[in-house]
Amino acid sequence: MDVSKIEEGLVLDHIKAGMALKIYESLKLDLLDCPLAILTNVDSKLMGKKDILKIGALVPIDLAVLGFWDEHMTLNIIRDGEVAEKVQLEKPSEIRGLLECKNPRCITGQERAIESIFYLADREKDTYRCAYCDSMWEK
Amino acid sequence: MMTQNEMLEKANPRHVFDIGDLSVEEIDDLISLAESIMEKPDAYEEVAKGKKLGSLFFEPSTRTRLSFEAAMLDLGGNVLGFASSDSSSTTKGESLSDTIQVVSNYVDIIAMRHPKEGAPLAAARRCLVPIINAGDGGHNHPTQTLADLITIKERKGRLDKLTVGFCGDLTFGRTVHSLVNALCRYEGMNFAFISPPELRLPDYLKEGVLARSGHPYMETGSIEEVIPSLDILYMTRVQKERFFNEADYVRLRDTYILDLDKLHFAKRDLAILHPLPRVNEIAVEVDDDPRAAYFDQVHHGKFMRMALMMKLMGLEDPLKK
Repeated sequence: MDVSKIEEGLVLDHIKAGMALKIYESLKLDLLDCPLAILTNVDSKLMGKKDILKIGALVPIDLAVLGFWDEHMTLNIIRDGEVAEKVQLEKPSEIRGLLECKNPRCITGQERAIESIFYLADREKDTYRCAYCDSMWEK
Repeated sequence: MMTQNEMLEKANPRHVFDIGDLSVEEIDDLISLAESIMEKPDAYEEVAKGKKLGSLFFEPSTRTRLSFEAAMLDLGGNVLGFASSDSSSTTKGESLSDTIQVVSNYVDIIAMRHPKEGAPLAAARRCLVPIINAGDGGHNHPTQTLADLITIKERKGRLDKLTVGFCGDLTFGRTVHSLVNALCRYEGMNFAFISPPELRLPDYLKEGVLARSGHPYMETGSIEEVIPSLDILYMTRVQKERFFNEADYVRLRDTYILDLDKLHFAKRDLAILHPLPRVNEIAVEVDDDPRAAYFDQVHHGKFMRMALMMKLMGLEDPLKK
């Protein structure tokens, strides 16, 4: 399947197969009105299968959210049909407003207008800890 | 005159949600201050004159609430608040944050208990005065830990190089979580966690605090297996209010009962602690044993709360002026 090149925009490449929709939802990309392509299970020499997200405009994007889902994916900024910049992602030490605490006893499930806050607990195991109740969050 | 938002920006109060909010040095200073108050209570009876404690208990409590209130009264201050969420505006649908912001306009310090974990952090978002966590669900209970630490120090003469056993409900036992956090910061500790498989210590403590500290620990289902090696035995109640399922509570509540037969194998200078209330987990016959230290914890708790409130309100020690 071919998706044409974009002249200006963002390409998220080397996304773990099956993760593109999760990233689409987390970044609230449904609110954009520019062209957008989600490709899943694309053949990859490096990964076997991968997902790709193409956004046809230079929109602001939350790098912490991308780094949280997969710090190894690549973010390419496209200008004049060429890769103008490659952005290095990293796992954020803190992530706000993205996750919901799974602990039914946590105050975040009850209190209105409270922003969830998670801190990176273990870089190797990729686990995060709720700032309120200390419960671990695993992907 | 300042607006509320200007007041909030200027206030920047210091809170204690978790025992980790206090450094080891600060804990040592609090223990010294509490000992000084115990020795000369008359010297402290007007230290907090004109100050008010907001005693906000969204969940029932007897000893913690009364201990905080007695502590403030003994410092010469006053107390206002409520003893259950039924008598607060949360029944009208008010958020916790709003309730706390309102109360913080009337008082100088807040002691707060809430059934939800992390509630004090949520409450502190817009609060003008220091908040002390008086227990949040099964999560933390730092002032109980201060009472535990001063009791251990009094019994053993130190807070390091100890073998400490925790027995009972280690999943929901907030006093256990706080004390493990506190003791991990001292040198040469050994821990034994005695519980049924369903009530083991949460992973965040094992993988986070304990693993980082490097202190050796073991998990076991048998109190008899470890009791001969212990310097401290911290017993806990299986808490009915933490179970969603009554049948699970009934099945687990009497798993461990400490009696004189079991103590026969323990060291002569073991200290037995319990945050109270006790149900069946320590037989009444143990109360007269010199190793029983759980009513000492109650006694010490009030003085540690006096010391902590003085510190957070910035009140000077009259004996050091």
